[in-house]
Amino acid sequence: MAGGVAAGLSVRTGMGVNAIRTAFVITSLISGFGAAVYVLAWLFLPADGESSTIASRAQGDKRGIGLAAAAASLLALVLLIGALLHIGWIGSLSWPPVVAVAGLVLIWRNASPDEQAVLRRLSEPLLGDTAAGQPPRRGLRITIAAMLLLAGLVILLYQHLNRLDLWPITGVALMFAAIVVLLGPWWLRIARDLMAERQARVRAEERAEMASRVHDSVLQTLALIQRRADDPQQVISLARASERELRSWLFDGRAPGSLDGLATTLSGGVRLIQQEVEAQHGIVVEAISVGDCDLDPDLSALLAAAREATVNAAKWSGASSVALFAEVEPDAVSVFVRDRGRGFDPDAVPRDRKGLAESVHARMARRGGSATVRSTPGQGTEVALTMPRTAGQREPSTAP
Amino acid sequence: MSERRPSVFIVDDHGLFRSGVRSELGDQVEVVGEADDVQPAITGIARCEPDVVLLDVHLPGGGGHDVVSEITKSHPQVRFLALSASDAPEDVIAVIRSGARGYVTKTISGAELVDAIFRVAAGDAVFSPRLAGFVLDAFASAQPGQLVQPSFDPELDQLTPRERDVLRLIARGYTYKEIGRELFISAKTVESHVSSVLRKLQLSTRHQLTRWAAERRLN
Repeated sequence: MAGGVAAGLSVRTGMGVNAIRTAFVITSLISGFGAAVYVLAWLFLPADGESSTIASRAQGDKRGIGLAAAAASLLALVLLIGALLHIGWIGSLSWPPVVAVAGLVLIWRNASPDEQAVLRRLSEPLLGDTAAGQPPRRGLRITIAAMLLLAGLVILLYQHLNRLDLWPITGVALMFAAIVVLLGPWWLRIARDLMAERQARVRAEERAEMASRVHDSVLQTLALIQRRADDPQQVISLARASERELRSWLFDGRAPGSLDGLATTLSGGVRLIQQEVEAQHGIVVEAISVGDCDLDPDLSALLAAAREATVNAAKWSGASSVALFAEVEPDAVSVFVRDRGRGFDPDAVPRDRKGLAESVHARMARRGGSATVRSTPGQGTEVALTMPRTAGQREPSTAP
Repeated sequence: MSERRPSVFIVDDHGLFRSGVRSELGDQVEVVGEADDVQPAITGIARCEPDVVLLDVHLPGGGGHDVVSEITKSHPQVRFLALSASDAPEDVIAVIRSGARGYVTKTISGAELVDAIFRVAAGDAVFSPRLAGFVLDAFASAQPGQLVQPSFDPELDQLTPRERDVLRLIARGYTYKEIGRELFISAKTVESHVSSVLRKLQLSTRHQLTRWAAERRLN
């Protein structure tokens, strides 16, 4: 059969295996007594070649004991209700199934791997497809449910002889169903909420820990930079790069180093310009954006022009920083790129500068926008770009 | 401007940064003390009574705004200039609303910092480009037309067009002098606009600004 108890007993007593099996089956069918004895024997007799019994292993399994007690008490409750409703043979059958169920739960959790494999094979039809790696808990649940169902059916079948007595059972079943229907979703929700809360807490802790770690590493970098200030350009770009990464990670929730490459909003695009220009030209870009909206082809063109202006300031102005300011208003988006570099005389523009102004102008004009370049020698340059917003995208995307 | 060297108290939890600021300030100001946390800062400032406190927004024992609100109760003449490496808008707004006269980022140059200290000591407000951007954003998202809870005094919930112009120019990297030239007003008028914005920031309904800051953080 299942646990090899009959075979083991036959070895010990010298009786035939088949005789013992028959005895078990007959006593099980008559009163359930045989099943209980079988399970108890399975629990307390050591298997061939093993020194410890399942029962001794089960002593350390508090969860298993709890589960066994729960399953047994549940079954006992059902039987008790049956007894209270005066359903015939209950008195004689009550304790062996309870013992058997509790014992089976313990066996399930504490049997040796071989035996668990046997159990799994036995319960396979119940579980349907038991793929490898199926959590054993589910199997346990289904087994218990199946046994309870079986017990219920047996009771019902017995009572079928007396139709009048079927009614109380139906009532009890309906009450159970009502309780489950009423409280089931609530239990589920509590369980789910608990899990979500725990996950959120774990995440928050993880984040706080990481934040402090990054903070420390950045501080150390800064100390190092102070001591090795002989290559200012590189020191600045290094410091800026790590600062930027840290900021976007701490305040925007993006992992360091995840430069998405493609922005979908205006402020994202401004940040991207900041990152690229700082990385490629070793200059500080103070990027500030007010308001936000989704990008469309017009605004992408605006950003491309802003990028060109920023790169130009980085290349030619000689200033150590560039201010990049973008503002989204209901009917227009403006971007200002300003440096305090050497500037130039607009009337005597060198060819490369003229190139900038013209290409930026052309870019903006093609899309219905405008660009102005103001520059004073010795004081710096400011490029102002404005793009009107079309009616279709007038509602701000950040509306509360 | 240089009638007298203002006395300065530095509050920052990083010793490295405190000594860096000290050496940058040199003897243009008189550094009278420093502290590394909320409690030592409160006792130290109460003892030294400096003109200006350079205050880190983030401190281990609480926010910098705790220091501001505690000190302004007993020593209203002490002025605060918030100094932060953080860009989290709610932090900045919190310290400004508790009564700081200005906010600058820690990447500010030594000369600019000295200038900011002198201006705060003289009772002016100092906005970094970034703070100007924050404020524009905060008041833009509390614009009329959207359904928001008005304050007792609706004027506090909006910036005048002139104030918006000034803030825009600050955000674009202009100095007060350059802004004055741009808008054909005196630098003193620019300063009074900024002070007025500061007052609105401190008095406007908490509801909208905190909600704005919360939303901003989520983005």
